[in-house]
Amino acid sequence: MRGIPFSALLGMTVTALFFLAALLAPWIAPYGMAEIVGDVWEPASADFWLGTDNLGRDLLTRMIYGGQTTIFVASMATAVSFCLGSILGFTAAVYGGLTDQVMSRVNDLVMSIPTLIFALVVLSVMPVTLPVLILVMGLLDSTRVFRLSRAVAVDINVMDYVEAARLRGEGQRWVIFREILPNALSPLVAELGLRFIFAILFISTLSFLGLGIQPPEADWGGIVKENREGIVYGIPAALIPAVAIVTLSISVNLVADWALNRTTSLKGGRGG
Amino acid sequence: MHPVLKLVIQRLALGLLLLIAASVLIFVGTQILPGDVAQAVLGQNATPEALANMRAQMGLDQPASSRYFQWLFNALHGDLGTALSNGRDIATAIGGRLKNTLFLASVAAAISVPTAIFLGLLAVRYRDRWPDKLISAVTLTSISLPEFLLGYVIMYVFSVQLGWFPSVSNINSGMSLWQKLNAVALPAMVLTLVVLAHMMRMTRAAILNVMQSAYIETAELKGLRRFTIIARHAMPNALAPIVNVVMINLAYLVVGVVVIEVVFVYPGMGQYLVDHVSKRDVPVVQACGLIFATVYIGLNLLADIISILSNPRLRHPK
Amino acid sequence: MADTLLDIRNLRIEATVYAPGEKPRNAVIVDDVSLSLERGKVMGLIGESGAGKSTIGLAALSYGRGGIRLTGGEVLLNGRQIRGASSATLRSLRGKEVTYVAQSAAAAFNPAKKLMEQVIEATLHHGVLSQAEAEARAVELFRTLSLPDPENFGKRYPHQVSGGQLQRAMTAMALCPKPDLVIFDEPTTALDVTTQIDVLAAIKTAIAETGVAALYITHDLAVVAQVSDEIMVLRSGKMVEHGSVQQIIEAPREDYTRALVSVRQIDHAEKAPAAEPLLRAENVTARYGAMSKDVLSNVSVELYAGQTLALVGESGSGKSTMARVITGLLPPRAGEITFDGKPLPRALKDRSRDELRELQMIYQMADVAMNPRQTVATIIGRPLEFYFGLRGRARDERVQELLDAIELGQGFADRYPAELSGGQKQRVCIARALAAKPKMIICDEVTSALDPLVADGILKLLLDLQAREGVAYLFITHDIATVRAIADSIAVMYQGRVQRYGTKTEVLAPPFDDYTDLLLSSVPEMEIGWLERVLSSRKMASAGN
Repeated sequence: MRGIPFSALLGMTVTALFFLAALLAPWIAPYGMAEIVGDVWEPASADFWLGTDNLGRDLLTRMIYGGQTTIFVASMATAVSFCLGSILGFTAAVYGGLTDQVMSRVNDLVMSIPTLIFALVVLSVMPVTLPVLILVMGLLDSTRVFRLSRAVAVDINVMDYVEAARLRGEGQRWVIFREILPNALSPLVAELGLRFIFAILFISTLSFLGLGIQPPEADWGGIVKENREGIVYGIPAALIPAVAIVTLSISVNLVADWALNRTTSLKGGRGG
Repeated sequence: MHPVLKLVIQRLALGLLLLIAASVLIFVGTQILPGDVAQAVLGQNATPEALANMRAQMGLDQPASSRYFQWLFNALHGDLGTALSNGRDIATAIGGRLKNTLFLASVAAAISVPTAIFLGLLAVRYRDRWPDKLISAVTLTSISLPEFLLGYVIMYVFSVQLGWFPSVSNINSGMSLWQKLNAVALPAMVLTLVVLAHMMRMTRAAILNVMQSAYIETAELKGLRRFTIIARHAMPNALAPIVNVVMINLAYLVVGVVVIEVVFVYPGMGQYLVDHVSKRDVPVVQACGLIFATVYIGLNLLADIISILSNPRLRHPK
Repeated sequence: MADTLLDIRNLRIEATVYAPGEKPRNAVIVDDVSLSLERGKVMGLIGESGAGKSTIGLAALSYGRGGIRLTGGEVLLNGRQIRGASSATLRSLRGKEVTYVAQSAAAAFNPAKKLMEQVIEATLHHGVLSQAEAEARAVELFRTLSLPDPENFGKRYPHQVSGGQLQRAMTAMALCPKPDLVIFDEPTTALDVTTQIDVLAAIKTAIAETGVAALYITHDLAVVAQVSDEIMVLRSGKMVEHGSVQQIIEAPREDYTRALVSVRQIDHAEKAPAAEPLLRAENVTARYGAMSKDVLSNVSVELYAGQTLALVGESGSGKSTMARVITGLLPPRAGEITFDGKPLPRALKDRSRDELRELQMIYQMADVAMNPRQTVATIIGRPLEFYFGLRGRARDERVQELLDAIELGQGFADRYPAELSGGQKQRVCIARALAAKPKMIICDEVTSALDPLVADGILKLLLDLQAREGVAYLFITHDIATVRAIADSIAVMYQGRVQRYGTKTEVLAPPFDDYTDLLLSSVPEMEIGWLERVLSSRKMASAGN
């Protein structure tokens, strides 16, 4: 753990706590997920640490289960976007020529339509289920991963050491996995963090618009939607997910920043 | 022909091509995906006759390509079709709403652009000192929140707790400009915060990039004042990247509008689009999607063209 | 002394170093350096990279780049202490009393402004001359610096003129406000050798005509000998020796100075051509992608086993393209390449593993020629594994043998490239090439990124290895001194053609064709008065004009 700055350690710890809470939701949540346990919008008390929601369910329980759904969907979408985006990006960079041209232009085209608008267009005809949501989010976001991993790989691909490997007669597998990938890892890890945050924000937005996770399942965006009426009466239940989202995304950001800084210091590390 | 003119024309042609391709994509997204539109509209319990009628009415029995050209042709003539859910003309419904949306977006842009550039300059001037760090921390937080949540936080503070502005942004043509501005104050504030963060960070990066150039050192070694250096040597070179940043963020703002309109129940395009996605009203979604994509592509195109025009290497060829 | 212009006493300069994975630490860059410069004199500051010479130059403007701080000693300019002076004081003397000429004028000019505006900016700012007077002076300076069309030169933008012209424009910019002192920071290093000589001559004329004093910073002793009155030799931030040009060149007192003076005087006896060449290129013509012009046209050369063929030329001569054609990275449009008696397939992908093994390559920038994520053992071991199937202990032993052969010895196998010095990196690259047991190695400018003494070491190593292993070198370089040191035969390349070709003695002996004469005569020699002698005896004007 030596050499890791405090901010990155803090980010890692908090992020880990969020994932742990998501995994252990059924064991740590005080009540059942959809169980009505009190009055509508009860204030915080010893029984209900965060109060109750618009139907009288425990908000802490909803937040924990909501975190489970949100984090699960976001992780899956990130996994889809990453696998697809980085493999295609590397392929485009290493093969170059026409392959690269076609893939890059198609990617430009998909990116020319704002992600949210594209998602809304697709979700207007597709059934809103978990696999569809994960796929739509993952596919749309993979365009950004594609662009980054292609750019990184193109930069590395012109390095003399890659040329040296080619002159030696190495195959594409060695070039991609042994020469390019180890040097592309840091920026990709940083990007992984940013994509994950984006996925959290995106699924929350969709749920808030009523086009994401469907009730009675809990998720952070949905909790805002369910409790939004309370705001005008001065009941801040709808704002609780804000705290969770901000904490999680700042934590992930801190880790991503550190990963990115490691890359730059590696590049400038001549003779160090 | 002047090479810059040639480049600009090329970019415009490319933008047009992109727009056409985007329209195909939107069309494909709604028509060829496995979901059956007629089924989606009528629900699972529809009779086969009703489904067949619906398909004929929507022209679904014709091949996709001819439907696409029909749709595009009509759209280019201002005919966006009729909404499935209520049978009203889409173009009429969109007209007023588009104006409202553009009004909200322009108010947000008018506040955020100058503020972002000012804060960006401030952050560069006090680089790595407390004003820079404070600005970075605030912007990091606001980037970490989805727009709609920021909307409710602001609504809770400024409308519910302080009572300064209405929580619901009703707007109609009978209102005076001042009344309208009062109505959109909160949504405009949220949008400003959302784009401000990105715009300020990107402006800061663009200026820093210029300030680290060797020619800034040259100017410093001529004994020029800091202000003169920034005004005379940094600005002409930083302008293009900053304008680029502004354009990209305005494009982003247009999308942010969608969610914010829902939060503040604002009668604009975004609200209209989201409502009809839930109702699975495909023609409306297509029309709105096309308009949003056009604005977005247009602004990005403008950013490109401005950076071509401001490049001295292109403007004064060898 | 009344006419002392710049007086630096016991100067100490420190900087904060941000090494990866470590806490920022303080490093002393310049320690206890003193110098004094009289009005109208030129002092050369010479040293290898990291000697602190640029830092001292900027200290005369009381300016520190990045995190560099002047922490001790005195800097007196015109009798006034300027170290730690207020920014208002510094502003009043920068650009008026002292001016600066940077190594890369291309980056130092603002791309958005016309040259004239930038050249006279400081003059107007300090109120030295009126607008009309300043412009007239600028035109006069353009003429002195033999810039083309001096009346209209200032109306152009920086990107519209060549690198050598920009460097001269920057000199005009520095001289325009009639300063007392100009700092020249490696003003000719980035230029081609035939351009360098013109810029050097222009600078020398301008200094003489304006009577300005100058600090001339460079790593090339031969260059500084042409323009300076006295020379200070620096190493790792400390002064090694200080004296007149004549004393430093003809009677250096310190060992380090002696080494610098005698650099590139390696000589080796030329071998006679054998009957059958190892590599024969016949009428090779090549171009990149969709370019409409050939980069190489009808190039024919031969290289004999165990010998060295030097391809010499300036940037754009096509010498590096020739390397790409031979390695198969760029299949030629026409012509044939025979290797070891058999025709070599044109494209890389059609070559057999043995053909690839027998032809290895060493690059100019050793930094980027090695994967930063691999250890030295992996870098050298991979060819052993790949070509000979060596694994485990057998591989490790062979790696150590190779490390011994490049004089690095124990303890290097587990290091990463970032932990090696520039010379060590290049040695590892040589070991990687040797690991394949090649018949021929292409050396692409392998010494030009290195300091002269380190470069000498690499050249000696290459010669040793050739004597021991019998490997042939195709040596690509722009540096004639290197060619003299290592070549058996030479091909002079100019605009994609072979201008002159033969054994070393043939090529380097008169009568010369015009280009070869220009190229050979442009290489600075460590001799006072060389510049004047050469300029008066030239046949062809350089490409810079």
